Amino acid sequence: MGAIISIRNLIKEFKGVKAVDGLSFDVEEGTITGLLGPNGAGKTTTIQMLLDLILPTSGCIRIFGKEYPAGREEILGKLNFSSPYVGLPGNLRVHENLLTFGRLYGVRNLRAKIDSLADYFEIREFMDKLTYNLSTGQYTRLNLTKALLNDPKLLLLDEPTASLDPDIADRTRQLLKRIQQERGVTILYTSHNMQEVEELCDKVIFIQRGRLKDEGTPAELVRKYGREDLNDVFLHIARTQ
Amino acid sequence: MKWHRISALLIRHLYLYKRSFPRIMDIVYWPVMELLVWGFLSMYIDKLEVGGFNAITILLGAVIFWDFLNQSQKSVSIAFLEEIWEKNLLNIFVTPLRLSEFFVSTLLIGLVRLLLVGIILAVLSFVMYRFNLFEMGFALIPFVLNLFLFGWALGVFANAIILRFGTSAQILAWGFIVLIQPFSAVFYPVSALPAFLQPVAYLLPSTYVFEGMRSVLTAGTVSFPLLWGAIAANAVYLAVMVYFFFRMFVHVKKEGKLLKLEG
Repeated sequence: MGAIISIRNLIKEFKGVKAVDGLSFDVEEGTITGLLGPNGAGKTTTIQMLLDLILPTSGCIRIFGKEYPAGREEILGKLNFSSPYVGLPGNLRVHENLLTFGRLYGVRNLRAKIDSLADYFEIREFMDKLTYNLSTGQYTRLNLTKALLNDPKLLLLDEPTASLDPDIADRTRQLLKRIQQERGVTILYTSHNMQEVEELCDKVIFIQRGRLKDEGTPAELVRKYGREDLNDVFLHIARTQ
Repeated sequence: MKWHRISALLIRHLYLYKRSFPRIMDIVYWPVMELLVWGFLSMYIDKLEVGGFNAITILLGAVIFWDFLNQSQKSVSIAFLEEIWEKNLLNIFVTPLRLSEFFVSTLLIGLVRLLLVGIILAVLSFVMYRFNLFEMGFALIPFVLNLFLFGWALGVFANAIILRFGTSAQILAWGFIVLIQPFSAVFYPVSALPAFLQPVAYLLPSTYVFEGMRSVLTAGTVSFPLLWGAIAANAVYLAVMVYFFFRMFVHVKKEGKLLKLEG
């Protein structure tokens, strides 16, 4: 397995303040990797640089062995993104949203693809609903459906279970596991739920103040820091200057 | 450029127009109201029998052409704002969509709006005032296309400003076009402007179009110097406005503000 994402000495400065400060890490193909850190650590900035929404000040990002801007079309065609904080147009019906994004990704046999995903994520019953009328759980499933439309090799997920009740959050975690196991998708995701991270992730990357603080499997980090669980490790790292 | 990505955005907006009465009203309401007001005014002026001046022809032609320009500018600005209001900019720009494809899609949305308004106004003005827009013959097409492209360029400029200053600058989407109206010689010839403003008027492609339209409607001849003037000025505006937008886009990506345009 090779690195699907490779970041080297990444720096992002906003008006003299370094939001990301010399970050380097790899994300291996076929793994679920958690990008963790306290608020303001630089997680969102890093994710947005991975998506070419923010331009780095310096450093190198390679995804599928390609770099922005030359490889933009190829990179973005093979990845997808989902976040509860980013809405799909609420004034479109569910199937209209999926048709729009399917076309944007140039998905072949789009209607058949949507049909199969509708069964996979159990969204068929609300395909004709306006998106802003969906419940939080339905919306999460729609977001994940949209995220799988182009059969991505890499999924970037920003707090996919934030603001979900425990039942829906658990179902979402099961779905993510299923996606990863059945489709071999590499997943990089951010979360503040350490229990969830321990359950899902093959590897975690801790960043603080824009720098890599530590990385490893959840079990390795728990052992290394001599703590009860990953939540304690998080608190320890976050409170250490 | 990929057609499937351009058509995706075009269809995304057509879904909205298909069922949104306020959106259809936005396209139809203002042009029809303007046509009615100026149509009745033109009929009144005609009754005054001001020598050698066909008010219905000149004023209604101007109103319809002005709406073409207006629709074109609004279509590109509102298509962009729609993505900001719906917090959808991230979703579309993390797809392989290119900026150029985004703009071509807004151009096509503008064309749809223009056709819709054009048909409604042409029919209404003929039925109510016996004004035949197609009197201009084939000259109509290049003049309308020039207005359409100039409106689109102005829309791109308004979007660049919205990109730079966020939605607090969204008033430009509706009001920006009015800024150029007094200098575009829409309802009066350039010669009616004060001498110092006349060179300013000729910096705008719209001025050449409105002067050209009057020349066709009154003298029955197409003024090619005016047509070429419009094309040349448009080429400059299009190049400058698109370049300006691209610069602003790179600027907000550097500043990390692409997803923080509201407010």
